[in-house]
Amino acid sequence: MQLVCPAGNLPALQAAIDAGADAVYAGLRDQTNARAFPGLNFSDDELRAGIAYAHARGRKVYLALNTYPDSVRLAQWFAAVDKAASFGCDAIIAAEMAVLDYAVRTHPRLPRHLSVQGSATTAPALRYMHERFGIARAVLPRVLAIAQVERLCESAPVPLEVFAFGSLCIMVEGRCQLSSYVTGASPNRHGVCSPAKFVRWHESADGHRSVHLNEVLIDEYEPEEAAGYPTVCKGRFDVRGEIFHALEEPTSLNTLELLPRLAQAGVAALKIEGRQRGVAYVGSVTRTWRAAIDTYYAAEARAWSVQAAWQKTLAAHAEGHQTTLGPYHRHWH
Amino acid sequence: MKLSLGPLQYFWPRERALAFYRAAVRWPLDIIYLGETVCSKRRELGTGDWIDLASELAESGKQIVLSSLALIEAESELGVLKRLIEHGDCWIEANDLSAVQLCRERRVPFVGGPSLNVYNHAALAMLCDDGLRRWVPGVEQGFALIRELRDAVRAAGMDMPELEVIAYGRLPLSWSARCFTARAHDLPKDQCGFRCIDYPDGLPLATRDGAPFLRINGIQILGEEVTDLGPELPGLRELGVDILRLYPGADGMADVVAHFDRARASILPLPAIGSRNGYWHGEPGMRREG
Repeated sequence: MQLVCPAGNLPALQAAIDAGADAVYAGLRDQTNARAFPGLNFSDDELRAGIAYAHARGRKVYLALNTYPDSVRLAQWFAAVDKAASFGCDAIIAAEMAVLDYAVRTHPRLPRHLSVQGSATTAPALRYMHERFGIARAVLPRVLAIAQVERLCESAPVPLEVFAFGSLCIMVEGRCQLSSYVTGASPNRHGVCSPAKFVRWHESADGHRSVHLNEVLIDEYEPEEAAGYPTVCKGRFDVRGEIFHALEEPTSLNTLELLPRLAQAGVAALKIEGRQRGVAYVGSVTRTWRAAIDTYYAAEARAWSVQAAWQKTLAAHAEGHQTTLGPYHRHWH
Repeated sequence: MKLSLGPLQYFWPRERALAFYRAAVRWPLDIIYLGETVCSKRRELGTGDWIDLASELAESGKQIVLSSLALIEAESELGVLKRLIEHGDCWIEANDLSAVQLCRERRVPFVGGPSLNVYNHAALAMLCDDGLRRWVPGVEQGFALIRELRDAVRAAGMDMPELEVIAYGRLPLSWSARCFTARAHDLPKDQCGFRCIDYPDGLPLATRDGAPFLRINGIQILGEEVTDLGPELPGLRELGVDILRLYPGADGMADVVAHFDRARASILPLPAIGSRNGYWHGEPGMRREG
């Protein structure tokens, strides 16, 4: 089971490789990927350097090209596919049909992974992407329960990659317009969710804080209360006269305790979320999962168990220091 | 320009839903979409009921389309999808790739629903090869984006499929594995008690300063605003829009349909009966003022 880790920039890529990632995923410095944040991602030279660093150590680099180009912008995405091929990326991670079609026609030997943004949750949906574009792997949206993941591993035409740790999109990836409804900037079209330029914090004299996203009040905080990044899905709202996290608390996905089931189900790769996070996060989280996976494969059958130190490290890097099994666990639904 | 009644996004009691459609079949609509698109647990009307209703309403001469779930997770949900497709008499509204693939494998024509993520002419062309006959752009695709795509279709020497635009109703914004209605009642999804049935227009969600913002509808989130593209009819005509989609709301749908029937016959646009749709103007969807 491969460990696939986030690389928001070259130092993070190196940290992930050094900490034991089998592969890293990265994006170019434009809207062709779903983490198009200021100050993040790779120039051409940095990407070349990152690929060289990974390949020298026998690891892989995947290029995320997982946004949805409009007709007039297709050429930019096609050029990015060309770049992935000419730089020697080991795969592209794409969601959009025209991008995948271009890749299979132009660079048939460059493997294509279906991005989580492709919203494929069933065997027929995966069959479509496999028959049409010859995808070699698919990343599943964070919606399926563990038993559903296990069944899909049996019926899917391609190996599956699942999210193991990191910030939790609670909506089906590729199917969420909450950010664009409020700001006009969308994950699908612009590679961003709740961009920072629309975020406005206000602190009162008594220490109370409020945060707006483009004039919509997302949350208010007591003076000592921890505050998270204001995405719509993790704000507090009034429903039926009660104020609460109506959609989801600020919390991170952590599937460590499911590692044996995911391995036994035949999951091909575990993905760590967090290209927007720093070197400390990437290094620490990667090292922890590397240890967990290696220990699992070295252990006698069923002798593996979660170590408290691993969970402590992961919790320290989680949103609000909270973790959840999320949709893998039926009670979350 | 034709008028369609989009699939019912909310969960209504069986008798209410049946009465609604038996009235709707007498309204000046050309197309009626039937079926459950949000949650497979909603079974006031089961798959067999929807198929029977489709047969009954088809006698009116209106086109009946069976809509599929936007999010399919379970084998049983795939089974429902297969039944809808194998029914054979109706087109399918494919709201995810599972439906596209099953229609493609069985050579059943389909409508590409608004959650399908078609953003450019090349993707649209591939789906047309697969059997797509009509396309409903996603909610964030407004006038300029649709025009660009249409122009690219023409420049490539292709024909546009029928173009259907969401003209009235609350916009579907997102889907989740989680049920937010159950969460608001502190119930697990598997023991939700079908509480959606208490909210025939969705469960209102407001910001902490009291501004209405979203509607919770089971696993789906809708915008609060009931959007209305009636005032945009000149632009809709310029785009070559074939069909205006009107999403069912709990009250006054007969009047809404009558309004759009007058609007399509009128040279001048009629006054708005709902909110401005910011997306149509290339702005945040919820922006009400131009």
